[in-house]
Amino acid sequence: MTVSLIFVPLILVIMLNIPRLSGKTAYYTALAFFVWQFFSVFFPFLGSQQIADLIGKFFTLNVYADGISKIMIISAAIVGFVSLITSKVFSKYDSRLFSLSNLMLLAAAGINGLVFAKDIFTMYVFIEVIAAASYILISMDKKEGALEGGFKYLIISSIATVMMLFSIALFFLVAGSTGLTEISAVLNDFSGNTIVLAAIMLFITALLIKGGLIPFHAWLSGAYAEAPAGVSVFLGGIVTKTTGIFVLIRFLYSVAGFSGNIKAVLLIVGALSIVIGALIAVTQKDFKRVLAYSSISQVGYIVLALGAGTAFGIAAALFHVFNHAIFKSLLFINSASVEKQTGRLDVDSFGGLGYKMPVTSGTTAIAFLSAAGIPPFSGFWSKLLIVLALWSANCKGFAVLAVLASLFTMAYFLTLQKKVFFGELNPKLEGINEAPLSLTLSAMVLCALTIGVGLFFPYVIKILIFPAVGII
Amino acid sequence: MDLMYIHILLLGLIISFSVIAAVNTRIIKAAILLAFISLLTTLVLFLLKMPLAAIFELSVCAGLITVIFISVISLTNPLTREERAEEKTKMFKRVVFLPVIVLVCGAAFYMLEKSVDFIPVVSDAVSVSAETGMWNTRQIDLAGQIIIILTGVFGVIALFKDNKDDGGGK
Amino acid sequence: MSYESLVLFKLYLITAPLLFVVGIYAVITTRNIIAMIIGLEIMTKGVTILLAAAGYFNGKPQLVEPLIITMIVVEVVILMISAGYIINIVKKHNSLDVSNINKLKG
Repeated sequence: MTVSLIFVPLILVIMLNIPRLSGKTAYYTALAFFVWQFFSVFFPFLGSQQIADLIGKFFTLNVYADGISKIMIISAAIVGFVSLITSKVFSKYDSRLFSLSNLMLLAAAGINGLVFAKDIFTMYVFIEVIAAASYILISMDKKEGALEGGFKYLIISSIATVMMLFSIALFFLVAGSTGLTEISAVLNDFSGNTIVLAAIMLFITALLIKGGLIPFHAWLSGAYAEAPAGVSVFLGGIVTKTTGIFVLIRFLYSVAGFSGNIKAVLLIVGALSIVIGALIAVTQKDFKRVLAYSSISQVGYIVLALGAGTAFGIAAALFHVFNHAIFKSLLFINSASVEKQTGRLDVDSFGGLGYKMPVTSGTTAIAFLSAAGIPPFSGFWSKLLIVLALWSANCKGFAVLAVLASLFTMAYFLTLQKKVFFGELNPKLEGINEAPLSLTLSAMVLCALTIGVGLFFPYVIKILIFPAVGII
Repeated sequence: MDLMYIHILLLGLIISFSVIAAVNTRIIKAAILLAFISLLTTLVLFLLKMPLAAIFELSVCAGLITVIFISVISLTNPLTREERAEEKTKMFKRVVFLPVIVLVCGAAFYMLEKSVDFIPVVSDAVSVSAETGMWNTRQIDLAGQIIIILTGVFGVIALFKDNKDDGGGK
Repeated sequence: MSYESLVLFKLYLITAPLLFVVGIYAVITTRNIIAMIIGLEIMTKGVTILLAAAGYFNGKPQLVEPLIITMIVVEVVILMISAGYIINIVKKHNSLDVSNINKLKG
């Protein structure tokens, strides 16, 4: 399964380009690929195993799949699918759709390569693939704001990449190889060495920058808010989480282990991100910026769960990664609906939009309820797991903080919902209709997923999350 | 062995040129200095017994990247007269700051070096050649390179093409 | 023989972070967006030198060569994308000043 998920998008892109097919063909090919990727996780005999064996005859590739990768693959498939659908609504021209579909396929190849990599340098290469695709996707429309946000993202993310390369060089120095198993063997032997400490510090700092956590969040709101609508869905749903959080989880789980210093750093950064992200979100005037700072806050929860340092903490973090991918994509799809129908995104100019766009308003409310951790939605269970993991790992103060910070989440959620969707109907909004069917349908499907995962969470946890970290 | 002095000379030149490139006002001079730094890095790579990487660095970094920089610089308007005069006053602050910062950091790193314990193994035997490394053991990196080159191609098409701009403000 | 290579190794271990500091300084304090990219390139040269030193002083220079080659390829692609950004930014604002791209608030 692993090899085919990396090579098939590559082959598809080549096939779409040698005789240059139309944008619509590329779009449906990419959609079909994401559906296939989703089902390949559960049913590998659906073609991915055969293709993997075929490719395995020619190449010997150093990849393996484990439970953590599977969760990321499922999230990436869902987010990629809805992101493409959102982008199609905004693409007037066939050539734009063609470039976009090809770039999404290449980004999917990058994500798949990253989650299956067994070698720290391979992870660097695929992180750059995802980053390159994101830079291009953000500035495809050449809007002024997008160029600025994308350029800041490029500079800051490239600095983080150079720091990551520094740490890879230092790891090679002590380990003699870049494979994850060799590095973990060395780290177990020489844990107090200066070079090793410097390498671990640099690596974790680079990942925190790429994940957009406080105090390294300068690029995030610009990139998320100014990107085109479908690209915001893709960015907010999966890119930050794979290039930042997944690599952190893989590094801490398989290589470095949780020392006291690392746990302290993660707890502090996570707590700061939750609180400051939520506080800034309340003050924002642009719909997508509120969502961007909300993302910072939620990723803070994930890092806080990692700071607990136990397998239970990692499981809680993974569950929240999955849930956040779903409800954050849902929120960005709804912002795309609002943008499509009204042409603008400033929060103060709306009011009573819920009367005209009931589906959008309802699904936004449900997504925010899930983000704030209200039962029975999926966010409640993942936040509960995070609080339990922190409590059982003796970080009781942080557990209380996580619970209290839900109040901040409710604050910006209620502010946004009231200003945009509820209240008096603004007379300028008389002629607005509900968004096109593709957007509302995607929103409802994601909303159903949020509710479904929330209701059936024992099955989700038992089948998917806990086996990933070895808890049976 | 005087081989060590060549290393020291090369590394010292690299740092000095990079300091000059970082504070320079005229970006064309900075780009040409960057090409020169790449040339010095090529020599360093040769000295460290990596000829394949040295040739790659020479042809790509000292060649292709310099061409890209100079074409970008000539495609964009140069600084106007007023901006250039303003640059001169600011440059004085930067010219003094950066070497000071470099010296301070150099001293700091030197102090840190005391706590580094590492026994270097000097390599003179070639155990596995680079070609084996690239084509056999690291094929997944090769796949990654192909993917990112294709991404770059699409990026060039998307960013440099001029049609159907959704131009204008935010 | 061993003492000299230790001194040489420490020299490399000082040079690479110094190049990183020079690069970061260039990125932070410049008024010209092309100079920011030059700063990035200086940092990348630093990492290249460190990787090469790590390989040489570990006895395995041939294992590091594919890494350096891959890194150079990836670097070129990122540079092309940033060149595309710069050209489009200049088209919109007609100036290379960095204050043009600091306009976003929040």
